[in-house]
Amino acid sequence: MAVCIAVIAKENYPLYIRSVPTENELKFHYTVHTSLDVVDEKISAMGKALVDQRELYLGLLYPTEDYKVYGYVTNSRVKFVMVVDSSNTALRDNEIRSMFRKLHNSYTDIMCNPFYNPGDRIHSRAFDNMVNSMMMQVC
Amino acid sequence: MEQGPAGGPAAATTAAAGTGGLLLPLSESEQQRYSELFSRCCPPPEVAAGGSSVGELFRASQLPPDTLHQITELCGAKRVGYFGPAQFYIALKLIAAAQSGFPVRIESIKNELPLPRFMALKNDSEARYGTPAELHGVKFQVPHATLEKNSYKRTDEGDKQEPKSPPMSPICSPPASPSTYQRIPLSYGYGKSRSGLEQQHGAPYEVRHSTHQQDGPSSGNYGAKPALTCSTPNRSLSAEREQQDSSTHYSDDPWRITEEQRDYYINQFRSLQPDLNSFVSGSVAKNFFTKSKLPIPELSHIWELSDVDCDGALTLPEFCAAFHLVVARKNGYQLPETLPETLLPQYLQAASLKPTRDCALFDSYSESLPGGQQTRDFSRSEKTSAEEVADNSALLQEGKKDDKEAVKVSTALKTIPKEFQHLTVKTAAQESNALKARPRSRSYSSTSIEDAMKKGEEPPTPPPRPQKSHSRASSLDLNKIFQQNTQAVRSGWLPPPPPALPPRPSVSQEVVLAQPPSKPTRRKLRAEAQGLETPELSPTINVTSSTPAVKPHLPVQKQSSKQKRAIQTAIRKNKEANAVLARLNSELQQQLKEVHKERIALETQLEQLRPVTVL
Repeated sequence: MAVCIAVIAKENYPLYIRSVPTENELKFHYTVHTSLDVVDEKISAMGKALVDQRELYLGLLYPTEDYKVYGYVTNSRVKFVMVVDSSNTALRDNEIRSMFRKLHNSYTDIMCNPFYNPGDRIHSRAFDNMVNSMMMQVC
Repeated sequence: MEQGPAGGPAAATTAAAGTGGLLLPLSESEQQRYSELFSRCCPPPEVAAGGSSVGELFRASQLPPDTLHQITELCGAKRVGYFGPAQFYIALKLIAAAQSGFPVRIESIKNELPLPRFMALKNDSEARYGTPAELHGVKFQVPHATLEKNSYKRTDEGDKQEPKSPPMSPICSPPASPSTYQRIPLSYGYGKSRSGLEQQHGAPYEVRHSTHQQDGPSSGNYGAKPALTCSTPNRSLSAEREQQDSSTHYSDDPWRITEEQRDYYINQFRSLQPDLNSFVSGSVAKNFFTKSKLPIPELSHIWELSDVDCDGALTLPEFCAAFHLVVARKNGYQLPETLPETLLPQYLQAASLKPTRDCALFDSYSESLPGGQQTRDFSRSEKTSAEEVADNSALLQEGKKDDKEAVKVSTALKTIPKEFQHLTVKTAAQESNALKARPRSRSYSSTSIEDAMKKGEEPPTPPPRPQKSHSRASSLDLNKIFQQNTQAVRSGWLPPPPPALPPRPSVSQEVVLAQPPSKPTRRKLRAEAQGLETPELSPTINVTSSTPAVKPHLPVQKQSSKQKRAIQTAIRKNKEANAVLARLNSELQQQLKEVHKERIALETQLEQLRPVTVL
């Protein structure tokens, strides 16, 4: 269960960002923003020759004391960043992968919509529902 | 009433203003009548007449609805968006003109006209005003009480309709109906209006006589119409009808598509994409739905709801669902969060076809449509194949070169069934081969085969595809299909019913093995292989059931002429070919979907790579 999920465009501006409604959501935004550097680092570390073989799932980007940040980059340089609560140790890597896969599938479904212009902010209800299902249920 | 004398000259002047300089003289009786009607529709201190009451009144005039629309447009209410006194008076004059048989034009109201008649009002007042060209001396004592009662009654029914479309009245943007989209709703309205069935709602547009029972709810319909005069009036009225119609049908389910709506949607689909089995691409659909003037986020949501398989294209049921949602939204319905059950593609497909197939694979809906069509074609072919066999046998003799194994067979009988099979199988060939086959196949007079061929040729797939699928042929199905072939052909071959397996499979095996050499054989092979691997069970079941059914008949027909046997085998061949075609079609559609997905992915990548100018 994620605490914050963000979709970042290729130009590193957010297409979609959603956090669990806590008191200070801005810190999630900040976390996501700083994680972009790590993403770029991981992408560039692959080198130019390995672009095709680069795996989409980047794994743990960096851990903080409270949270862990995971990253995923598509072939079109759209980045999915997920912030997960550190105390939630039950989440395994496979689960994170599957969550990213779901995100990616929903994103391609949005792309299929001819009324969606790539680069716009994402306002799809289906996407929202899917993200909601992944977010932590804070009562 | 206070508006009587004051309304008269005011109406005249405002009428002049409203019609752009046309001075509209109103006689005294006209003035009185008009002002009375106006005050009925627009109780002071309002400035403009309420749309609902005006609508009721207009409906009561018993003019055909498109005349009323014309009148509304002409009088300027559409232009300004409300029924002010000027517009109202002009409209009344136009109604009178129309009722007298004059064309609905500004010029016609310059003539002296009788007062407009409104049927739903008291009958005596109607009778009083029925005299033509009598303007004076007609003293109307409209019994206000009864009038009010009528209007209340109708208003109640109108209110019933109003809650169904609450946002209607507030919607009053400056009228600027696009001509292109107007074209759609005009015919749209026409198509929709045929939904006026036995119930109390909606006089169909083509029905020129209005009856009393239409007045009640129809007035409510029309009542909401003037509020939407800014938007396409035909569409709103018809959409109202549709809304009401759909609400009265099927237990008030506005998400259910009626037959007329479906026909209209199908026609619209055809205008975008002639082949009903194929897709409407995303961009085409986007342009089409953008004409509806709905905001883009809503259209986006509608697309999300209706494109169930998320492939960026709309099949016919998806298109119908999307169109229906657009219509509903234009009528003020809020879009649902999820697609209603009655708009699901499976539901729509089943409703349109009522197929009895139980092949429950994910492409079952796409398959059932071509399957259904092919069974229909086949039933035609059964009737026509009798006389065409004679023709074809002569023609087929010439086409021997395509049929390797047929050459070896000596009897004409065998060539006929084989050629039929070969012909029909050839129709299932891929695009490049189909192109070559087409000139040859057109020489045959068999209509069913031509239809089947055209259907088989429609989904254009690139040539490499067949190779790929050919490699996936499953041996099990191969045996099955060849057994069917053997059984079918054998019955034509040999008089004894128990089919001799060996001769046919050997022949077909050599067809299977002789892969590279000649195109015709390859075509047939590939088509069969494709037909094999598509895991459609019921066509196979149908074919297998048909062939055993045919076999018992053979001993009976042993004594009959060779011609009859040829016909039987031809029928069987056609059945098999239809089954193969159905499977092939479904597989082609699958492939098409995959290609679509790939294209979408590539397009998104391209968009990402392109310099950012979209933003």
